[in-house]
Amino acid sequence: MAQTSQFCTFYLDKLLFGVELKGVQEVIRSLEMTRLPLAPAVVRGLMNLRGQIVTAVDLRRRLNLAAAAPGAIVMNVVVRSEDGAVSLLVDEIGDVVEVEESSFEAPPETLRGSVRTMILGVHKLNDRLMHVLDIEKACQMTDVAEAASFGRSH
Amino acid sequence: MSDAEIVKDFLVESYENLDRLDRDLVELEKNPQDRNALAGVFRTIHTIKGTCGFLGFPKLEKVAHVGENLLSRLRDGHLLLNPEITTALLGMVDAVRQMLKEIETTGADGEIDYAELRDKLTRLQEPAAQAAKTNAPATKIQRAGTPDSIAQASKPQATDVEIQPETNRSRSEGDEPSEKSAESGAARAAETEGQKNQPASAGSASASESTVRVHVGLLDKVMTLVGELVLARNQVLQYTGRVQDPGFLAASQRLNLITTELQEGIMKTRMQPIGNIWGQFPRTVRDVALGCGKQVKIEMEGKETELDKTIIEAIKDPLTHLVRNSVDHGIELPEDRVKKGKEPIGRLILRAFHEGGQVNIEISDDGAGLNFDRIRKKAVERGVITSDQALKMSEREIFNLIFLPGFSTAEKVTNVSGRGVGMDVVKTNVERIGGSVGVQSTAGQGTTVKVKIPLTLAIIPALVVTCAGERYAIPQLSLLELVRLEGDKAIKGVELVHGAPVYRLRGRLLPLVFLDRELGVAADANGGTANNGVVNIVVLQADERQFGLVVDQINDTEEIVVKPLRKQLKSIRTFAGSSIMGDGKVALILDVLGLAQRANVVSQSRERTASEKTAETAHQATEKQAFLLFAGPGDSRMAIPLSTLARLEEFPVAHVEMSGSRWVTQYRGQILPLIRLDVVMEERRARLRALQSAPPNPDAGPVQVLVLNHEGRSFGLVVEQILDIVEDRAAVKSAATRDSVLYSVVIGERVTELLDVPSILRKAEADAKGIAAGGGGVN
Repeated sequence: MAQTSQFCTFYLDKLLFGVELKGVQEVIRSLEMTRLPLAPAVVRGLMNLRGQIVTAVDLRRRLNLAAAAPGAIVMNVVVRSEDGAVSLLVDEIGDVVEVEESSFEAPPETLRGSVRTMILGVHKLNDRLMHVLDIEKACQMTDVAEAASFGRSH
Repeated sequence: MSDAEIVKDFLVESYENLDRLDRDLVELEKNPQDRNALAGVFRTIHTIKGTCGFLGFPKLEKVAHVGENLLSRLRDGHLLLNPEITTALLGMVDAVRQMLKEIETTGADGEIDYAELRDKLTRLQEPAAQAAKTNAPATKIQRAGTPDSIAQASKPQATDVEIQPETNRSRSEGDEPSEKSAESGAARAAETEGQKNQPASAGSASASESTVRVHVGLLDKVMTLVGELVLARNQVLQYTGRVQDPGFLAASQRLNLITTELQEGIMKTRMQPIGNIWGQFPRTVRDVALGCGKQVKIEMEGKETELDKTIIEAIKDPLTHLVRNSVDHGIELPEDRVKKGKEPIGRLILRAFHEGGQVNIEISDDGAGLNFDRIRKKAVERGVITSDQALKMSEREIFNLIFLPGFSTAEKVTNVSGRGVGMDVVKTNVERIGGSVGVQSTAGQGTTVKVKIPLTLAIIPALVVTCAGERYAIPQLSLLELVRLEGDKAIKGVELVHGAPVYRLRGRLLPLVFLDRELGVAADANGGTANNGVVNIVVLQADERQFGLVVDQINDTEEIVVKPLRKQLKSIRTFAGSSIMGDGKVALILDVLGLAQRANVVSQSRERTASEKTAETAHQATEKQAFLLFAGPGDSRMAIPLSTLARLEEFPVAHVEMSGSRWVTQYRGQILPLIRLDVVMEERRARLRALQSAPPNPDAGPVQVLVLNHEGRSFGLVVEQILDIVEDRAAVKSAATRDSVLYSVVIGERVTELLDVPSILRKAEADAKGIAAGGGGVN
């Protein structure tokens, strides 16, 4: 039997992303956020998730995608990182998908810049590609300095 | 109880035992005749051996066994403890510790069989190596027979007791008198130990009755829950203002009290005496001292001072580093110490005490002290400071440079320290838990590093303020007072010193920091002062400097539960953490020191606390120097330190004679060479020639001479006019602009050149020779 794994999927700027389901703590609607001044711009703030303080990362900015329209509804994918829980802010939550290892492919050489370190590769689904995010890398709170071509090429 | 649990208990117990072994062995080395201590060490290793044999860890048992054999020889007086044996035994302790780690992770006692160590331990049992050194044990050896028979005799003893590790009674065949005393010693040791731990009299039964081993994880969880309870209590208390129901008020009051008590109680369970981490230092000191050929005695005061567990863990490494540093850098080699008239054995003193809600830890050594000049030179070399800055910096400021990253003045890199990492890490680690580090040093007398840390980190009282719509918590510890300026005062109260806002607080200028601007959250560029005509100033203390933090609103004080920020965000030094407020929203906790550094308050402010001021005046008083002021050539104002002056003299021109081209005079039965400052300082060569051989002008008034002694010779320095003797600190310095001048200083509020006497002498000498040689050529 082929090896399969489950992914929690979500959309960012119409692209489909996935993180391994076992790394996901929960998915929630937006919570009240406290600004964190002086922090890198990818850090949107801190949230109180039932007594647990969770840092929210603007995943669009982290991945160098266009900023969301103001007032757009934001969803939180709370993932477990080595250094505690982090909430990844996404546009929309997708399904949980089960994929076979064989559908995985490393990112093309043409994908360059720091974004490449965050994207482990893609799973070729029937109708589209699912970008597999490295949770640890995605949770790193540094701004992506160089403008990688990712996102615009699609 | 499952096997796994038994092993776990064994591990926990053994780790404690090993820590004690470290201490006991080092103690024993100092006093090898202490039979009680020896018996204690023996029992500890025996217990470990017995248990691991029972649990089936053969390698561990083997190592413990040879160690035990060696110890039994020591205990029976056949051998006398020496550094070599101690090192081997400590090596065994390390090996056992390593195997325990292996067991913890893999469940087995590992692949390494420590044959070398075992050989060494076995070899050391041979008394031959020692017999020559010690006479008393040698006689005993004769009485006891050949070494082999002793080794055999000690083995069955060991196996006998294995089942009952706590009692040594079962072995009794053919006891020598010394055996008996050792045994009773062991019993005594057990007793005193029991008394130390709890008042109950005998053995292990009472220990298990009065104390319970609790897993730290559980304790942490309870702590978190109490933290949540504190938050819930705060929420409830917010309602009490609005609700008039007496029943609810009474209940909430009770809730308040109980929560407070519970919080105190649970905090106490997390408190540990600092002695727990100090316990390993004798071993550390011994190893480091042995490694660099030094002798160091460690003393501890205030071992029982209690600290929160998390803090204890956080300061363990920094303290270890400081202790190593003191031994490696601070304390000199025994022969150097003797040369300096000190005891050959260096002293390292650890002191801990509570003061003002903080714990102070001091690490002092009586070593060479910090080398002020070397640090300053190194700092300039490294480009950390400019040479101008170096001259202006106080001793304290210079010493604190050692906490900068990559700064080491060690001449050679040892395996212990001198790599230039360390002190900055110490500082960072201590500051991360809200503490501070400072260093004091007297050349030749030693160095003291002072570490101040908060008692606990988990729940702290804090002042909650609002700024740009968000709440921030300020730890009460750094809070001095609150100032509210209204109406007219709000407009006039804040003054500007070249753009930098200040406030006159009781006559002193308090630098102001606007929180919204500092955090970059200001609503508009000018924000802050125009807040409904009210200025709220929170007067804070950071690193012994004061500053005023301007916020939009001051809310209330609250007990807050500190939750750390993610590691990646810790680089934002302005925040110490976050906390959940009564309404469930997250608020950031300001790191006052970090904020002060960000706002440049710490390095720039002249504001000092009263205590520091007095300390500094005392310091200044000792630094104040007396100077002789005089007029040099071309009306320049010059000075020399009064201490270099022997006498002031005035000679009539007639008394000045020529010796070759030099001026001399008869003074107290000697010929005193006179050096004319105008000649020495003359830079134009043409004039110099004329001046050099010129005899004194007979029409001029008497010659003013400063009689100086330098390197055993007297000479007179001819100056234009003697002005005054003043006492001054000469604090403001700048680099010299010409030769023969050390530097320019401000004395008596005027710029004065401080003469470099040795350089003048050299120059005068060279000039005199030059003339003689030149003259010879012409004639």
